[in-house]
Amino acid sequence: MVRITFIDHTGKSRTVDAEPGSTVMENAIRNGVAGIEAECGGACACATCHVHVDEAWVEKTGKPSPMEEDMLDFAYDVQPNSRLSCQIKVREELDGLIVRTPERQS
Amino acid sequence: MSEPIRTDALIIGAGPCGLFAVFEMGLLDIKAHVVDILDKVGGQCAELYPEKPIYDIPGIPMITGQGLTEGLRAQVQPFHPVFHLNEMIETVEKIGDPLFRVTTDSGKVFEVKVVVIAAGGGSFQPKRPPVPGIEAYEGTSVFYAVRRMEDFRDRTVLIVGGGDSALDWTLNLQPIAKRMILLHRRDEFRGAPHSVDQMRELVSTGKMDLIIGQVTGLEGANGRLSGAMVKGNDGKISTVACDTMLPFFGLTMKLGPVANWGVTLKDNLIPVDTEAYETNVPGIFAIGDINTYPGKLKLILSGFHEGALMAQKASRYVFPDKRVVFQYTTSSTSLQKKLGVG
Repeated sequence: MVRITFIDHTGKSRTVDAEPGSTVMENAIRNGVAGIEAECGGACACATCHVHVDEAWVEKTGKPSPMEEDMLDFAYDVQPNSRLSCQIKVREELDGLIVRTPERQS
Repeated sequence: MSEPIRTDALIIGAGPCGLFAVFEMGLLDIKAHVVDILDKVGGQCAELYPEKPIYDIPGIPMITGQGLTEGLRAQVQPFHPVFHLNEMIETVEKIGDPLFRVTTDSGKVFEVKVVVIAAGGGSFQPKRPPVPGIEAYEGTSVFYAVRRMEDFRDRTVLIVGGGDSALDWTLNLQPIAKRMILLHRRDEFRGAPHSVDQMRELVSTGKMDLIIGQVTGLEGANGRLSGAMVKGNDGKISTVACDTMLPFFGLTMKLGPVANWGVTLKDNLIPVDTEAYETNVPGIFAIGDINTYPGKLKLILSGFHEGALMAQKASRYVFPDKRVVFQYTTSSTSLQKKLGVG
């Protein structure tokens, strides 16, 4: 199991167990983590699962694909560490991953 | 008011369930018109995931959203449905037993015996960017669509976004605007390359401005915008003077005017019975993702099933004196004739 921590804009944190192969977004939805809407269900088509990846993890999670980068245009408060959590696949190396959810998704 | 379009059924939503409802009703000789707010048929399949694979359509191991849309479109063709795209249903009013008068936002009027709400997650509407206080400027200084270009003459227009809508309106409004400013979060654009080139040409000749950054706040009073606070990629915030803003942040699904049609809602969904998928208003049905009942699953295949059962009951409203004989497309010569394969 891989542990992922979601920190909301007020600083409140939630840590959940995630299975490798799932997406970070799926684990947020499965565990009712607030701040992730995922309106399109993970199709990289809505930008409502936007997260800011903790600086220490940016390298391991990698850069957004061109399609994801296009979709990030629809997100709010986009930063260099912005990702759509439906596009981050959980892997063993991501154990301990920390992501921050923005104040609003849409 | 324009002359009403009189037909048997009006289907609201041209997604997979709305399209298949045309088929099921067509087999029972019910003629249907279909209205959708998008400029194309297919609903979420076409708008959200045209290229994405779907694995749970019975008998089809894998099909894309676009593929399913095209297949359904071909499947309903024998029934010649009339599509009214780019239109939103505004009102549904019961005027008979059952007879409904339905109007769209472009002023079309329908008179139909049956209304089928197949609106999925609601209507796709422009996304409101989460800029604090933006609501106060909507309709006066902030617009999500251009209805009349003249409204923007001599205005200082700030367009936000990097796709085709943002670029097209930048190019179209630039000649009549007092000043055109395009704001995008990065110096790359999703829009068509020739539009990007045209925009860059206007920028290089000083005819408009391009700013890289994101809107963080608005300035103004009484609904009149005077400027937008823009955070550059260096983190610095500056004010961009403008009196008009057009944000193009894509589409989101909103329930829309359904709430005013006399149909009972529960948590933004429409409760129906599981015999005919009919709402609390006889003659108004709801199928697909927008309905709810014990055990409901939001699957395309469930919506297909719901459409088939709905059509049986709908036929009793459309043809009160006709006995419906259940038939299979495989063996019934009369159904095959309707499908044009007999």
